[in-house]
Amino acid sequence: MALSTVNNGVNVQALLDAREALKGAPGATKFTWKASSQWKNGTHSTTTIQKFHGLGQEQSHKKAFAFDADHPEIFAAEDKSITPVEFLLVGLASCLTAGIAAVAQNRGIQLRSVEADVEGTMDIQGILGMDADVRNGYDGIKVTFKIDADASRQDIEALVAQSQKRSAVYDAITNPTNVTVEIA
Amino acid sequence: MAADRATAVIIGAGHAGLATSRCLTDAAIDHVVLERGEVANSWRRERWDSLRLLTPNWQSRLPGCRYDGADPDGYMSMPEVIAFISGYARTLAAPVRTQTEVTSVRAGGGGYHVVTSTGEIDCRVLVIASGACNAATVPAVAAAVPSSVFRVNALEYKNAAQLPDGGVLVVGASATGVQLADEIRRSGRHVTLSVGEHVRLPRTYRGRDILWWMESSGVWNQRYDEIDDLVRARSLPSPQLVGTPERVTLDLNALMAAGVEIVGRLSTIRDGQALFSGGLRNVCALADLKMRRLLDTFDAWAATQQGLDVGAPERFEDTRVPETSRLRLELAGGEIRSIVWATGFRPDYSWLHVPVVDAKGRLRHDGGVVEAPGLYAMGLPVLRRRKSSFINGAEEDARDIVAHLAAYLG
Repeated sequence: MALSTVNNGVNVQALLDAREALKGAPGATKFTWKASSQWKNGTHSTTTIQKFHGLGQEQSHKKAFAFDADHPEIFAAEDKSITPVEFLLVGLASCLTAGIAAVAQNRGIQLRSVEADVEGTMDIQGILGMDADVRNGYDGIKVTFKIDADASRQDIEALVAQSQKRSAVYDAITNPTNVTVEIA
Repeated sequence: MAADRATAVIIGAGHAGLATSRCLTDAAIDHVVLERGEVANSWRRERWDSLRLLTPNWQSRLPGCRYDGADPDGYMSMPEVIAFISGYARTLAAPVRTQTEVTSVRAGGGGYHVVTSTGEIDCRVLVIASGACNAATVPAVAAAVPSSVFRVNALEYKNAAQLPDGGVLVVGASATGVQLADEIRRSGRHVTLSVGEHVRLPRTYRGRDILWWMESSGVWNQRYDEIDDLVRARSLPSPQLVGTPERVTLDLNALMAAGVEIVGRLSTIRDGQALFSGGLRNVCALADLKMRRLLDTFDAWAATQQGLDVGAPERFEDTRVPETSRLRLELAGGEIRSIVWATGFRPDYSWLHVPVVDAKGRLRHDGGVVEAPGLYAMGLPVLRRRKSSFINGAEEDARDIVAHLAAYLG
């Protein structure tokens, strides 16, 4: 592969080296991601993220990142930010896009542009408690990529398929996860 | 009673063990073949009734033995396989001790000390040819299946008459899963097939058996040390193939046309409900892409060959993944009366008291040369070549392994 001439800004060698190093350190692969939220008013809250645990120790982002969430005015809210379910779309789009960049780098494919449109469909009868047979969450999510790269259509399809196969968010959305909610 | 002595012991009198026996005989190395039951035991007792080999008859080759029957393009039924392997054992006059189950192997006495149900044997070298499919792998969530649902795994399944009337969930879409889903659907039952990552192949391509292409193009002979991700290659599900007189393709499109409903990978069972992954579309896309890439490889190879008697290149429709697939299935509600686990097989090394088995129960070996002096393996997936676990894969592997073994003995 022409790794030296392709640059998508992903240090694949570092990732491959890390994978090799982690084979001998099974505990180090266990990560915990953390978020802390605070209610503001109405449906508005702010969630702050800085620390996480991994490679056997506490880790930290360079700084704390804060994200507001709210609901739009048609839900009688103030629309200070996007809704929580839209954050799921942020997670899915950014996870698949990051995966595409990494896999492309590994396969020696130069990317020029990667754009994704994500649509999640939902029947709000669920969250409004109007019909017990309607689920609260998305009933389907569709991601449409537009990718300009030095690669055949078939190679791009393989890239997109592989990014789904290795995506944490794709897995989290497509498979059930045990969720525990407690009061401290 | 003193232990018997032999230079070499082979565990298992299936095709792999017998091929090894033949090569040891050629090298004038005295040996015994220990067989827990009869020759070709797993083929006799651990296969479903309708099974035929995935490989065409002309490919049924073993050292010193070629298929010479009237139907080179056919696929052997189990009675035919048993006759073929038993006939091979007779031709070799192989030193097989039948009804002799190995209960323990330990290092000792300048080699290995083997305890069997009929006595003890000391040997200098040992070849494990006891198969890759001794036990059925069933996911841990199987414990959560309501007791009202009949459960059977691929080693226990013989035919659809074993199952109660009513709907059937087949879990797994390897060769086993697609064959059982098809057969059970033909018995008139509604079948739901849970599909994870799988390997899609057409039965024939450009007028030739897909395994003719595999072999002729060299893919089938690709060596284990030439494969990028060997761990992955060794754990791939078997390809969606079936051996039938009509040489039909049995992919997901064929199954859906026959009325089988496909759903995603079984994620878990919770509150009596089976929950399936929403990632069905992508596992199908991956399989379609990989098949297309393999066919491209064949076409590229064919283009370099003079006077090849093959048809024009073909392309197959992508898997017709349903617009939406079911994500949950009530197991206690009566819609599903039985579950068939077609979720893979694993070897059993519980008798092997030599530290060569990893945490996942796999033998640590380099192309069949196990990480303990004088210990060898045969017949495992991609042991030395892509074809290693198929009947004709035993031929070259046995020669290689016996060459190494003979050099070790000096």
